[in-house]
Amino acid sequence: MNKPADTPDCAGRRRCLIAFFGIAAILVAGRVFYLQILNKDFLKSHGDARSIRTISIPAHRGVITDRNNETLAVSAPVASIWAEPKAALEGADDDLIKLANILGMPAKDLNRHLSARQDREFVYLKRHVQPDTAQRIRDLKIPGVHTLKEYKRYYPTGEVTAHLVGFNNVDDKGQEGIELAYDHWLKGSPGEKRMLKDRYGYFVKDIENIRQPSPGRSLSLSMDQRLQYLAYKELKSAVINHKAKGGMLLLLDTGSGEVLSLAVQPSFNPNNRAGLKSDRYRNRVVTDVFEPGSTIKPFTVAAALISGLYEPESIIDTQPGYLKVGSYTIRDINNYGSLSVREVIKKSSNVGATKIATSLGPERLWELHDKVGFGNRTTSGYPGEVTGSLDYHAAWSPLELVTISYGYGMSVTTLQLGQAYAILAAGGLLYPITFQKTVNAKPARRVMPESVALEVGEMMRAVVGPGGSGKAAAVDGYHVAGKTGTVHKASSSGYARNRYLSLFAGFAPATAPRLALVVVINEPQAGQYFGGLVAAPVFSKVMEGALRILNIPPDNLTGIKQRTMSASVSHQVAENATVEM
Amino acid sequence: MRVKEVSLMERIHIDVPLLFWVIVLSVVGLLALYSANGQDMDLILRQSIRLGAALLIMIIIAQLSPARLSRFSIWIYLGCLALLIMVLFFGDVGKGAQRWLDIKVFRFQPSEIMKLALPMVIAWYLGEKTLPPAIGRVFVALIFILIPVLLIVKQPDLGTALLVAVAGFSILFIAGISWKLLAGFFLTASLSAPALWYLLHEYQKKRILTLLNPEQDPLGAGYHIIQSKIAIGSGGIYGKGWLNGTQSHLEFLPERSTDFIFAVFCEEFGLMGVLVLVCIYLFIIARGLYIAMHAQQLYGKLLGAGIILTFSVYIFVNMGMVSGQLPVVGVPLPLISHGGTSMLTIMAGFGILMSIHTHRRLL
Repeated sequence: MNKPADTPDCAGRRRCLIAFFGIAAILVAGRVFYLQILNKDFLKSHGDARSIRTISIPAHRGVITDRNNETLAVSAPVASIWAEPKAALEGADDDLIKLANILGMPAKDLNRHLSARQDREFVYLKRHVQPDTAQRIRDLKIPGVHTLKEYKRYYPTGEVTAHLVGFNNVDDKGQEGIELAYDHWLKGSPGEKRMLKDRYGYFVKDIENIRQPSPGRSLSLSMDQRLQYLAYKELKSAVINHKAKGGMLLLLDTGSGEVLSLAVQPSFNPNNRAGLKSDRYRNRVVTDVFEPGSTIKPFTVAAALISGLYEPESIIDTQPGYLKVGSYTIRDINNYGSLSVREVIKKSSNVGATKIATSLGPERLWELHDKVGFGNRTTSGYPGEVTGSLDYHAAWSPLELVTISYGYGMSVTTLQLGQAYAILAAGGLLYPITFQKTVNAKPARRVMPESVALEVGEMMRAVVGPGGSGKAAAVDGYHVAGKTGTVHKASSSGYARNRYLSLFAGFAPATAPRLALVVVINEPQAGQYFGGLVAAPVFSKVMEGALRILNIPPDNLTGIKQRTMSASVSHQVAENATVEM
Repeated sequence: MRVKEVSLMERIHIDVPLLFWVIVLSVVGLLALYSANGQDMDLILRQSIRLGAALLIMIIIAQLSPARLSRFSIWIYLGCLALLIMVLFFGDVGKGAQRWLDIKVFRFQPSEIMKLALPMVIAWYLGEKTLPPAIGRVFVALIFILIPVLLIVKQPDLGTALLVAVAGFSILFIAGISWKLLAGFFLTASLSAPALWYLLHEYQKKRILTLLNPEQDPLGAGYHIIQSKIAIGSGGIYGKGWLNGTQSHLEFLPERSTDFIFAVFCEEFGLMGVLVLVCIYLFIIARGLYIAMHAQQLYGKLLGAGIILTFSVYIFVNMGMVSGQLPVVGVPLPLISHGGTSMLTIMAGFGILMSIHTHRRLL
């Protein structure tokens, strides 16, 4: 048995076995060689496509402040919850119930929400949750459910500044107002990083930062929050007291064109806009037009003085208190008899304005209106700003010339009216309107001879003086120049009988103007509707407060009474209280 | 007559080269498993205990002489058949098939033991007479093979059934049945393939179809193959380094500690690592062949070669399946994949090899 039964065929089989092992080993090695060497790039890229994700890192949006660095809008980091529906549904039912509890929604709804979107890779479950909520969800470690860092915009001054500042959408992009106008300035650019993701979508670790996010720049508005709060408060109480539909207010720095305050009523809370209609967001100061009515008369008179055909003391006969132009009758409230140009403004005589306009002709009137900005957008750059309407003079009918002289048949925005009054205040210089704080005012443009602006401004002081229609706009210690307006609102069927716009526009201190202010009360319904009774008191209160807050020296010390001194002290106290939301 | 000092190791029936390479392979396996399992030390400890137990069984079996093993063969085979029948009635259901038998202390798959019991019984049966076997004996051997294979197919566990069949046929092949007969088997098998197709379970059909075109169902059945190819390809020449594989660690690779551990190995150790691993396997195979070649009885010769052939089929089927050349049939990579029963069978097989080698009568 030295050689056990080892037939020749058995040796053959052994060789077969060895060949089999050799071939199998070579096949395996060859296959691995093919995959790891020849096919490596293809397979590696597929592997990376599964496991490596490029994540965008949100950039911090710039802060919006008022001119004194008070915060108006700030972005705070929050977390959003999102899911890959398929992966999330594959997990335990228990997990989804826990998740639904944390999110505060019925588990059934969550299930339906995910089931309906199974073909998607990314579905938001809840935006902007508190950091601790996000942490609790992360701790559940549910496959396919993730959190995402985002920023949410907060507006500490709430509805006080809502219309001016505007707001962002849920993606932290500017949607309205300053947020929209300066979006490119505020937004910054998002960063990117590469991350390793496991099969369930959990981000396991950072691989590299491709680009750091660069934060947006902060923006200082020209607005002064102290004045803004005052304006908001006074406008709101006037709208409530007069049962008005709404109101608008604009306060300008006449030496720089900066908007110091802009208020619209009714306002809204930009931090919680749920259920609000979009017309509530509209910044009506720039987007809504109205017929300026009597507040246009100073410009009719200015055109008259520029023409050289009239002096301030030129006499115009307004008897018998009405005038027929074609089939149309222009009326004054009373028969004023003979009026000087100065008195046309003080009495707000429509007949007087008509007679002046008729003698000037369309071109002279149009030219001044166009120069002070009616019918043109201002330089504010504010989103949604409209031009108002002012037809070219060649197209004016005789009746149009007449109605435009007292402010009908054309339309303006509150912003345009404010700019025009600021021009009168600035001695005929137009400072470009801006919402941004300016250190060095942009060069002004002369649009009216200085002498004319001064003369008209001086005439407008009579409006606020004894016997003027705007007495209620007076401010103790200061001379105020202004003009009332009471406008019949136009409706689809001609002018409405009982719907008025109460206006007051003016500036102070009249001898050395610093501030121009326009107040518009829309459809006051509590009985009074004259601009001198409804809008003028708001003007007085806001202007008085603004002048004092800004420490502007009084120019009329003769009329100060002791009563006012004590009143202003209590006012200061109220001012120092915190801003209500 | 050769005079040779009998070494201590030989006296306790241990074949040193085989033991050495088995231990090397086991250590590589533990390293790969540690990485594949997310560095779970508990699991490594448990696997080490299993490994120790398997080594112990190997040594115990090595003490039994081939003659005794040969006598036991038929009883082991019959006992195993009984267990397989029990599985059909009392087995635990796992992944849609009844494969496990729970005997309180531990659970095991009788089909795994059959991988060893079947070659033993055929080697015993054919070794009784001279080789090559007569036609009648071949057919008896075929019946030995067919009964357990059909029982396992019924579970259903097609992969194991095939491997058990391969273990049985490997003995027949080594015993030197004629090429004509082999060709006849092959022909019958391929002719009955279309008929068998209808007997396959849906998931089994899917696996074969998926192999032919993995991209057709990249999220379902093709996922395994695509992911493992990606993992292998990501390794490159030198690999990403131990514990640094991403595809495997990020859960993209399924079954990464069991059937697909080869992909983890490839990603982390690259082509170089694969060549080393294949070499270790070849050393073991070579040693096994050497032992079979030098066996003194027909039983040892047949069984030794059969064991080593089965072992190598595991290796190459597993590697072929993980690298996308063969259908995914659920074959573990010997001594590397996580799992107890398959390791036990393999070690027991090595025990038999050692027994064959160390019980030679020195002439």
